Formats: sequence, structure tokens, C-alpha cells
Amino acid sequence: MRRRPRGFLAALVVAATAGAALAQAPPGERRTGYELLGPTTKAMQDDDMANPGMLWVLDGEALWARPAGSAGKACAGCHGDAAESMKGVAARYPAFDDKAGRPIDLEQRINQCRVDRQEAPALARESRELNALTVFIARQSRSLPIEDVVAKDERLKPFLEAGKALFERRQGQLNLSCAQCHEELWDKHLAGNTISQAHPTGYPQYRLEWQTLGSLQRRLRNCLIGLRAETYAYGAPEYVDLALYLMWRARGLPIEAPAVRP
Amino acid sequence: MSRALISVPPKAKKGEVVQIKALIQHVMETGFRPNSSGVLLPRDIITSFKCLYNGTEVFACEMFPAMAANPFLTFHTLATESGTLEFQWTGDNGFSVKESAKIQVE
Amino acid sequence: MTGMTRRDILHCAAGGAVLLAVRPAAATPAAMQEAIRQVVGSARLTPGRMQLSVPPLSENGNTVPCTVTVESAMTAQDHVKAIHIFNEKNPQPNVISMQLGPRAGRASVSTRIRLSETQTVTAIAQMSDGSFRSHSANVIVTQGACLEDTP
Ligand code: HEC
Ligand code: HEC
Repeated sequence: MRRRPRGFLAALVVAATAGAALAQAPPGERRTGYELLGPTTKAMQDDDMANPGMLWVLDGEALWARPAGSAGKACAGCHGDAAESMKGVAARYPAFDDKAGRPIDLEQRINQCRVDRQEAPALARESRELNALTVFIARQSRSLPIEDVVAKDERLKPFLEAGKALFERRQGQLNLSCAQCHEELWDKHLAGNTISQAHPTGYPQYRLEWQTLGSLQRRLRNCLIGLRAETYAYGAPEYVDLALYLMWRARGLPIEAPAVRP
Repeated sequence: MSRALISVPPKAKKGEVVQIKALIQHVMETGFRPNSSGVLLPRDIITSFKCLYNGTEVFACEMFPAMAANPFLTFHTLATESGTLEFQWTGDNGFSVKESAKIQVE
Repeated sequence: MTGMTRRDILHCAAGGAVLLAVRPAAATPAAMQEAIRQVVGSARLTPGRMQLSVPPLSENGNTVPCTVTVESAMTAQDHVKAIHIFNEKNPQPNVISMQLGPRAGRASVSTRIRLSETQTVTAIAQMSDGSFRSHSANVIVTQGACLEDTP
């Protein structure tokens, strides 16, 4: 059987409960999950020819060029070269959408074009196609800093607040908040993982645990399951609000999609 | 459709040892893993891979369920002459993928 | 922390252990020895002049990078014919068997393997003169936190 220090999580819960008021790490101390990786996992992310996430980028590139739907149009037909048209896009999502009257994430934005412009059925959340298109678009923003979208669009403010409240709320049978792990206990070990500051810089990402590429919502769902809290349906506004808050916390950090994480 | 990423240096000197990297998309379902109702998911893996250099086999391998998903391999070959490197993966359920890359040897 | 038992607290990190319990019997060190015998026959295994490199502590047992390098001139007369990797405790002892030859130029290969738990991994090199070399390494496999439900 795998060995791990029993009772560790119990000790961690106590430590978190006894913790002082929550403070966000100041910008200088913000660290992406990448910095906490072991050398071999870092190497896997760094080399495009060894990073399994790049297989989905290739998939996305093919889908980008392929006509679909009753309009018979490809993404490329309207948007041209993604290296130009999609550069920086992933660094400023979730973004406010007039039609929805609230922020939507990149996956939802892609599906809007699928439905409205290509006249094709929406792609399912976590489907290989949607993850591939999303990672292909996110890849075009690699190394670009995450934008402070809230500063540029006041309408996002209430949703940012909602996301922050979700992040700080204790939940689940473990009665822990996201912030307790990701702001007070980052750099500590939990089972085999080092807890990070939860910066969403590398999504969609290749997670060794999943053995595949997955979205930020899938990662958030994993943390909720870990807390034995209720999960939301994929695409739920709660996930988008959380994502908005996480992106805002990570503003200025570079996009690294597709990241590799344990 | 399974994607593959192949890295071969486009140019090499005659007699130089070059490194080749091959990454392919595949779940590598072990056949030992139960689904949520306890039923074992049937095995679905890549069982063999080979690399031909202008038709001659320079590397081959047999793989088992203990290979990680999306199998990754690196190996070396002597740059002997200009031509084509061919890569072939085969596996369960008729899985078969071929890719190729050019190398210029001077 | 009302209504929370120690069991609940541990659940998040222990979820995977439950899954392991329903897996079929794992290979044993003896099964690995048997699989190695299948390859080397009655020949002697000599340690040294080759290196199996694996991270001593893997971040996730699903993908453990490993590299095998064998000291060899890689000439027509003296080269590595094959490299095999075995494990002790997965359901099956074989991992991969690679065929090389003088055209390789250098006997150094790498791949990524799965390890169900902490165990010893052994690499065997089959030389052109009929001899065999081996090198083993122990890998500590830690379990990921907060695992999700299986498909
Ligand atoms: C018929 C033309 C057309 C097609 C086909 C099309 N789009 Fe769009 N797309 C647009 C237009 C026009 C906009 C911007 C205007 C708007 O907000 O609707 C846009 C906006 C976007 C945006 C938001 C960009 C930003 O700066 O916020 C993304 C992302 C996007 N499209 C992705 C895709 C993808 C992926 C596909 C293929 C699945 C696709 N589009 C297919 C016309 C198209
Ligand atoms: C019991 C501690 C714990 C709690 C509580 C927790 N997480 Fe996590 N979280 C982890 C661990 C462990 C990981 C995996 C290592 C890492 O990347 O931090 C992780 C990973 C993440 C990541 C991925 C970071 C990356 O680099 O890709 C995000 C984002 C995240 N968590 C968000 C959340 C959110 C949002 C919540 C609240 C709903 C939450 N977490 C609650 C422990 C926790």
C-alpha cells in the first residue's frame, strides 16, 4: 500500500483553523504552481516536444481550421491566424458578456461562436474538442501577463465579490475554505502534493493524476470533492465567479498553458 | 484520430548521434482498473512502436500496461544519410498510426 | 469542527487507497524475478556500467519519468541489443522492452512509466556478447490529494 503520514490532514485542519486573519500574498510573493514542481515535472512542461498537453494544442489547431455546423465555416474562416487574432485573449477571461448579462469563461465564449456563428451544437464541457480548442487559444497567450479585467470593466465587480466570498467561505464536511489551504498553507505538503497558491495560469492543463488534459473547472471540482463539499454542474456561474476571482488574484502572472501538474 | 509529436533534428552531420523524441496521444487503459460499478475496463494499450530510417529498423519496442498514458519515448540514432524516418505505433483494437520526418545529412 | 470524524478528515487523501484494494493481486518481487528470467535465461546479471535514473520521490505514480543509459561503444562488434524495464508491484512485472543496435550510436533511452505504489524498478541491458547488466532503483510513490471519482 502507498505510505503517507496518517493524521497529517487532521493536523493541517487544526493548523488552518487556528490560523490568523486571511491575507492575500502580496504581488512579490505570488508564486505559480510551476515553481513548486519537482525538476522532472518542470522539464515535462518546459519542452514542447515532451509536454503531453501539446497533443491537445495540435488537436485544437486542426479543429480551428475545420469547417463545422450548418454555416459550414471554420474558426479560421473568420478569425484567420490564431497567433494574431487570439493573442492575449485567454489572459482576459472570464469577460463580461452582454447577452448573458454576466461574465463567461473562454469555453463559453468558444461555444457562443460554435452555436451563433458556425450554427453547430455546443461542445460538451470537458469534451476533447472543447478542451482542445480552449488550450489552442490559451497557448496563443503564453508568457503574456494575466490582465486586471475588473479594473477595465466595472460590471465585473459584483461577480468578483461573489467569487471572493466563495473562496473564503468554509465548506464541505472538512469545513475548510479555499483560502485556508491556498493562502495560509501553500508550500506545505498534503499527501503527495505541495499546496500551491491556486493561480490558474496554466489551464487547460495536463494533470498527471488525470492522465489527460482538463479544464480549470475540473480542477476546482477536484478541490470541492476533496473538501467533501457539493460540486456545481459544469458551466455553473459559481465556477465562473471563482475563476474570475482566481484570475484577478493572479493578475500580472504569465499564462503558461498547457501547464503540467502532478 | 490520435495526435503524435515527433522531434527529429532537421539537419545533422554524417556520423552524428541525434536524439529522437516521440509522444503520442493514447489512454493506455491498463485492463486492471475498475469503473465506478466495479467492472474492469477492458485493456486498450499501444503494444508496439518502431522507427525505420530509410526503411531499416533502428529502434523498436514492446509496451505493457505499465507504460504511462500518452506514451513518450526518447532514443538515439546515427545520422547516416539524408532521408526519411518513419514511426509506427500499433496496439489493441486495431490501433495503428504512422508518422514520418525528414532528416538532411551532410 | 463539529460532527467531523477523523475518518472524514482523512477521506480526501485516502480515497485512492480504497480503489487500490479492489485491484487484482499485484505482481510480487518473485514475479519480477520470473519475468527477468524469461529474458536472461540462465545468464548471470552483472550490476554496473549502466544507470537507471528515476526521481527518488515521484510526484504522481501515473507518470514517472525514467532514463536508462548503458556504457557501450555501440559498434558492430560491441553494442547493446536490448533494454528492458521491470517493476515489482504493479499487476504485471513487464514495463517495456526496447530493441537497439549499433545504429543507435548511443545507448540512452527514456520513457514514462506507471507505478502503483512505492517499489523497486529494475532495468536490464542485453549486450551483443550475450552478457546481461542490471541496475535497480527504488521509487517512493506518493498519492495525490483530493482524487476525484473514477469514470
Ligand atoms: C462567422 C464568423 C465566425 C466564426 C465561424 C467563428 N467566430 Fe469567433 N467571433 C466572431 C466575431 C465577429 C467575434 C467578435 C464579435 C463578438 O463579440 O461576437 C468573435 C469572437 C470570438 C472570441 C472572443 C475573442 C475576444 O477577443 O474576446 C473567441 C475566443 C472566438 N470568437 C473563438 C472562436 C472559435 C474557437 C471558433 C470556431 C469554433 C469561432 N470563434 C468561430 C466570428 C466568428
Ligand atoms: C485541503 C486543502 C485544499 C483546499 C481547502 C482547497 N484546495 Fe485547491 N488544491 C489543493 C491541493 C493539494 C492542490 C494540488 C496542488 C496545487 O496545485 O496546489 C490544489 C490545487 C488547486 C488549483 C490548481 C493550481 C494550479 O497550479 O494549477 C486551484 C486553481 C485550486 N486548487 C483552487 C481551489 C479552490 C477554488 C478551492 C475552494 C473551492 C480549493 N482549491 C480548496 C488543496 C486544497
